[in-house]
Amino acid sequence: MFGKLTLDALYHYDPIIVFANVIMVGAGVLVVALLTYFRKWGYLYREWFTTVDHKKIGVVYIVIALIFLLRGFIDAAMVRGQQATVGAGGEGYLSAAHFAELFTGHGTMMIFFMAMPFLVGLMNIAIPLQIGARDVSFPLLNAVSVWLTAAAGALVMISLLIGSFSEAGWSGYTPFSGLEHSPGPGVDYWIWALQISGISTTLTGVNFVTTILKKRAPGMTLMRMPMFTWTVLCTSILIVVSFPALTVALALLALDRSVGTHFFTSIMGGDQMMYINMFWLWGHPEVYILVLPAFGIFSEVVTTYCNKRLFGYTSMVWATMAIAFLSFGVWVHHFYTMGQDPLRNSIFGIATMVIAIPTGVKIYDWIWTMFRGRIEYKLPMLWTLGFLITFVMGGMSGVLLAIPGADYKMHNSLFLVAHFHNVLIPGTMFGLLAGFYYWWPKVFGFRLDEKWGRHSFWGWLVGFYVAFVPLYMLGIMGMPRRMVTYDNPTWQFWLVIAAIGAIIVAYGIFAMFMQIYVSWRDREKNADLTGDPWGGRTLEWAIPSPPPEYNFAVVPEVRDRDAFMEMKVNNRAYERPAKYEDIHMPKSTPLPIVVAALSFFFGFAYVWHIWWLAGLCVLGTVAAVIARSFNDETEFVIPASEVQADEDAFHARLKQADVFTHIDGIQEFGDERTPAGAFVEPTTRATSGAPS
Amino acid sequence: MASSPSYDLNRVRAAARADTEVNFGFWAYLMSDVVLFSMLFLAYVNLSQRFAGGPTPADIFSLHGVFLETMALLASSLTFGLAMVSLHQGRKNHIIGWLLATAVLGIYFLWHEVSEFVHIIHEGASFTRSGFLSAYFGLVGTHGAHVFFGLIWIATMVAQLAIKGLTPPIASRLARLSLFWHFLDLVWICVFSTVYLPGILAGGSS
Repeated sequence: MFGKLTLDALYHYDPIIVFANVIMVGAGVLVVALLTYFRKWGYLYREWFTTVDHKKIGVVYIVIALIFLLRGFIDAAMVRGQQATVGAGGEGYLSAAHFAELFTGHGTMMIFFMAMPFLVGLMNIAIPLQIGARDVSFPLLNAVSVWLTAAAGALVMISLLIGSFSEAGWSGYTPFSGLEHSPGPGVDYWIWALQISGISTTLTGVNFVTTILKKRAPGMTLMRMPMFTWTVLCTSILIVVSFPALTVALALLALDRSVGTHFFTSIMGGDQMMYINMFWLWGHPEVYILVLPAFGIFSEVVTTYCNKRLFGYTSMVWATMAIAFLSFGVWVHHFYTMGQDPLRNSIFGIATMVIAIPTGVKIYDWIWTMFRGRIEYKLPMLWTLGFLITFVMGGMSGVLLAIPGADYKMHNSLFLVAHFHNVLIPGTMFGLLAGFYYWWPKVFGFRLDEKWGRHSFWGWLVGFYVAFVPLYMLGIMGMPRRMVTYDNPTWQFWLVIAAIGAIIVAYGIFAMFMQIYVSWRDREKNADLTGDPWGGRTLEWAIPSPPPEYNFAVVPEVRDRDAFMEMKVNNRAYERPAKYEDIHMPKSTPLPIVVAALSFFFGFAYVWHIWWLAGLCVLGTVAAVIARSFNDETEFVIPASEVQADEDAFHARLKQADVFTHIDGIQEFGDERTPAGAFVEPTTRATSGAPS
Repeated sequence: MASSPSYDLNRVRAAARADTEVNFGFWAYLMSDVVLFSMLFLAYVNLSQRFAGGPTPADIFSLHGVFLETMALLASSLTFGLAMVSLHQGRKNHIIGWLLATAVLGIYFLWHEVSEFVHIIHEGASFTRSGFLSAYFGLVGTHGAHVFFGLIWIATMVAQLAIKGLTPPIASRLARLSLFWHFLDLVWICVFSTVYLPGILAGGSS
């Protein structure tokens, strides 16, 4: 009846896991109780669970990301704590199995449930607004994607309570992740959490490729797209072309584990290296899927806060495309030591180093954009500067590792761990946090607190260096990654420093949550009345904050790369039509949460081999989709009068904030060709209602 | 034409174009499916000589059966094409007729494939026997699963046509189903020439 699931699954060998479960279940019960007490379930259902609005979906993604940021960070801190305290030859407070679950969980959660949802959340929020669209191409599919991600995250969460999580590392190499070496439910939880979130991401990729190529406002040619839109287009193409490789690798591994096939086994004709090839055929493009949109965010930030056009826009576009293309030709560098001949390793080594060239182009483009710009050191600019310096360091250690000979020495050591954190933390996390601050007022109508934001920035930046420079040292000293204990006493000193770094990062994370709380508390004071708090250059700043459900009352006409800046310069910003028209928008629907719930139970049933339940879930999903396809009444109409009323209110706020006078003063784009000194007075910016 | 008086045929035709926004999105999805099948082909080619002492392709494949299967699937692409011709003529009942013909051929194909699987497994050549057989069942089975979902989709579309008539949304869905079905045909041609032909040729007889 319940497959392999018995009450034993609730037994945990480790009091720390029991404690974590008490916290998790307690927090869950508390949230449910509070929502019930304040009678918020109806509101949540109407406004969030059934919505197909891309802005709200973006917020849900980021909420998921922040929850998993905490969980992923706790895992990392426990790993650091173990290695710092265990001492040479000691046992430490963690068992080897629990330690392995922690480093597996940390990697899995940070990549799949923190970075990806955070990124997709920002994509959801910004892309339709930047291209002047009222929603994405497939709003319903978009809602299915977000709730599938939530379902996959729930599988990770439930693995803490029922059974255990994978101990096979975030990449789940065979044959260790095969049934023989990992007989428990952990790897199965890992497989289905990744499978469901991967499918959700593939759907997102399809959605955004279509949205960006088909839904741009009139006049927005490809070479007039904002840089963030370009990078998201490249990322979406990468998603569509690479995620199916992960889907297949996981599906075949699941078959090996559940029905006894021999795809990746080491006996009976299976090929364990095939898994590793397939995994990295997805895994390397995934690195660029994570980093390219962050590059886009940095480009938006640099142009906005330097009040200049982006330097070398065309080279930036080509560099992005080149990185996207090259990312498919380097996967072997993840396993130089696993048996290829030197020729093959050399080819992949050279391909890997070549990627540094377009990346370098980007770095110079940002620097030249800043050059002679009137830089405003707002928080996103700090993240960008922190990124530039730190990321170049990580990139250089990457070029070092790309040399197969050096990699033979360094692979599987903490040097590698330091390297990829050194690219992913500045390259992705700093970008995400810059975008978080940058677009927050657009979504919520008030700006984030600057002071706590700075605390967060310095916490992350200093913490990063204190935590990861020692790992570079330890790697060179020969310490392998993923060690629950060790017998070299000279390592401990550096591990203690690294643990201190983790504590400093913890302060950065705490400061970010303080920033959210303080900003929410002072939301009246921080209100963004004009929709353009930063003197923005792209279309998302041309509409109110928060935008109405339909985004644009009138679809804008784009005449320049910096579309909104052109409107300000040519005095056609906030132009009103003679007459507003009715707007058709997609209706809310419960289908996405139904499909997501069924996927969750399917994953759970597969983990525990409850086949009848898995079958029912598949049938239910197919039935729900077919039933939905019979419904052609999927849109509703927002009457022109309502649009007119919204716009009247918006223009009243614009007048109150004296925006039109400011726009009259804007005469130039801040072009890279403009000579130095041409910027005289800071009157060229639209201000928001409150002093900044 | 008389079957859907409330919709004008030009709107139906426009909805069935391959380059509408929705249909473009489906092309993008198909690209992801191309990669999915590429991985399975990769697995098959990689494992195709790993018999682990078990049966080889020549022991289990029969060109006769595969030939009939292939012909049925190719013919089903023709019948689906004729369904789309009927769509552009606005003839609802003809579309339903050609869809049903497509479904019959698809069911024949699938029945043949399943009985081949059952036969092979009964001979002791199950997917647990060797890497080669795992990859064979994985690739051919995934294609079969796609055909199965295509059949469910055809049934749904027949029901929608019968109940709602030839509306623009239904024409748009038929255009995507058409892409999907022809895509499966294309994949099958690759399966035939990657799995069955070399396998049987290597064995020297059918």
